[in-house]
Amino acid sequence: MEKEPITSSAHPKGRPLFKTKKGQTRSQYQADERGYYGEFGGAFIPEMLYPNTEELRQNYITIMEEPSFKKEFDQLLRDYVGRPTPLYYANRLSQKYKVKIYLKREDLCHTGAHKVNNTIGQILMAKKLGKTRIIAETGAGQHGVATATVCALMGMECVVYMGEIDIARQAPNVARMKMLGATVRPALSGSKTLKDATNEAIRDWINNPVDTHYIIGSVVGPHPYPDMVARFQSVISEEIKWQLKEKEGRENPDYVVACVGGGSNAAGAYYHFLDQPEVGIIAVEAAGKGIDTGKSAATSALGKVGIIHGSKTLLMQTTDGQITEPYSISAGLDYPGVGPMHAHLFTSGRGEFISITDDDAMTAGLMVSQLEGIIPAIESSHAFAILEYRKFKKDDIVVINLSGRGDKDLQTYINYFKL
Amino acid sequence: MPIVYRNKMNRIQKKLQEEGKILSIYFTAGYPALNDTVKIIENLEKCGVGMIEIGLPFSDPLADGPTIQASSTQALKNGMTSEILFDQLKAIRKTVSLPLLIMGYFNPIYQFGVEAFCKKCQEIGIDGLIIPDLPVDVYLDTYQSIFHKYGLINIFLITPQTSEERIRFIDKVSNGFIYMVSSASVTGTKEGFGATQEAYFERIHALALKNPQIVGFGISNAETFQQATKLAKGAIIGSAVIKHLTAHGIEKLDQFVQEIIG
Ligand SMILES: Cc1ncc(COP(=O)(O)O)c(C=O)c1O
Repeated sequence: MEKEPITSSAHPKGRPLFKTKKGQTRSQYQADERGYYGEFGGAFIPEMLYPNTEELRQNYITIMEEPSFKKEFDQLLRDYVGRPTPLYYANRLSQKYKVKIYLKREDLCHTGAHKVNNTIGQILMAKKLGKTRIIAETGAGQHGVATATVCALMGMECVVYMGEIDIARQAPNVARMKMLGATVRPALSGSKTLKDATNEAIRDWINNPVDTHYIIGSVVGPHPYPDMVARFQSVISEEIKWQLKEKEGRENPDYVVACVGGGSNAAGAYYHFLDQPEVGIIAVEAAGKGIDTGKSAATSALGKVGIIHGSKTLLMQTTDGQITEPYSISAGLDYPGVGPMHAHLFTSGRGEFISITDDDAMTAGLMVSQLEGIIPAIESSHAFAILEYRKFKKDDIVVINLSGRGDKDLQTYINYFKL
Repeated sequence: MPIVYRNKMNRIQKKLQEEGKILSIYFTAGYPALNDTVKIIENLEKCGVGMIEIGLPFSDPLADGPTIQASSTQALKNGMTSEILFDQLKAIRKTVSLPLLIMGYFNPIYQFGVEAFCKKCQEIGIDGLIIPDLPVDVYLDTYQSIFHKYGLINIFLITPQTSEERIRFIDKVSNGFIYMVSSASVTGTKEGFGATQEAYFERIHALALKNPQIVGFGISNAETFQQATKLAKGAIIGSAVIKHLTAHGIEKLDQFVQEIIG
């Protein structure tokens, strides 16, 4: 089958981001009209949420294509977030691993991670829809901070749900959210972590269907969230294309590597390469203490098809269909599911999935700090750790998405290395 | 084994045709103790309840408030599974003739296998299912024929936010009752009904739907039961039942029911 690339010429001036006009061939790796990626996705939601998601579903593409929306989104990404983020040739890392390694510096975004690309997009969406109140879930607090930040920017009420256990172990981010004027509500139910914070946010949305917009933090949840969040994050691969063209004379790298929690930084880094078969897609999951230890978050290895947070996808569960608690040293990868796009990339074989243990990730984090002078978030350290295992050809160009900086993780690094 | 009269009227449909209002009781299977399920159902039948919803516990019940979520967490800790529930219920039709529904989230049913689940339901004598996160379109595309094959009625929800067009669509595809969620909320939230709910009840009544409506969410006592059933055929009580079970145990359920239907 002939496939049209979704975006043919991404460059700094024109941003042909949202081309899904009727009649255009759709990528088999993008969501279809009903939000399915192959067999995954959809909207498995209680009727109480139907009006909320339906309002969004009917409007999101139209709004994203409005010139006034694009203009404001672009401007904020540039002047507020600090985009484009550099594509940096990591010289010493490249020498060590005998391959050309570029880092996409999402760690240099305002608030310290890619999460803000999505929250900027969604707060503008919420404004267009006439919403006045914002809710969000957060695990490590990165998405909570990114949401609290844009709410402050727009003067909107902000409530962030966070598992009681995470509140205790992520104190600095809780403080940041409060400083930014958000209310942090503890999720006290179930296992009191990210999945329960997500449940609580969804319940809040059920209780406040009219004035509230729910800013989901990854490419998860019911349609249209996975597709909408992927589109907002797609700025990452759009920039990679023209940046690489400038540096290497070609738009396509040989590989794009990203860590996958829910999968938003990965979705953004892969987006414009999905239909370029010559670009290898590598997804890195958290193996925790090891895949077979019962303390892991490697969904592609351990998950089965099921329904979580309104989406049909791969998720970690008991044989009876109860969702289980994942584990990773990195709070941002500690999610029992994975976005439906990634479930499809995995089962279709388009993506190569690798899981990395806590120990390997921590070691890689220290190595990158000392070779390149960049302290990565532990989530991103997982992506670097594959360099020890995955062999590349000498001339291969490998782009690693450096999704966030490690400031938030200093305490964990310090404890781990007894620094 | 009792004889299952298929193609005849399902117990739910029969019940809906009887005179009078229906009190439907929801409880979480496996709570307070794993093996309370059958005792609770038998008690409820004795004290004049009209219909029973057996809650299949789920780790992540999105549409439920803290009370039902806590009872589900406890039930799972007690060891409840789909398999065990079916085993507990295998002889239920020897002692109970009320319409019985299972209310559960889709993932555990999906893992069991939708067809295998429906088949078990039919063997046991379950009359219907309420699966809040199985949307109507997916049901129609993929599962309706299976439900029909095993004589099960699937119950759909509407809320105050549901458009008239969608309500009419849901009415068309329903063949039992419509579960009318009383307000924009998860279970167990509201204290009493105000003018907004009354107006909503009247609006739905005026649509003259083909399926009777049973109101759920926010009903906790005689007063809210009366309000909810002034126009609707019946009402469902869940969280208040769980709270009563927690406070007074399973023996005193008749007191709770007496207070509501007298
Ligand atoms: C720096 C960083 N990278 C990655 C993730 C994982 O999320 P996702 O898979 O949606 O990119 C997080 C989540 O908090 C994060 O903070």
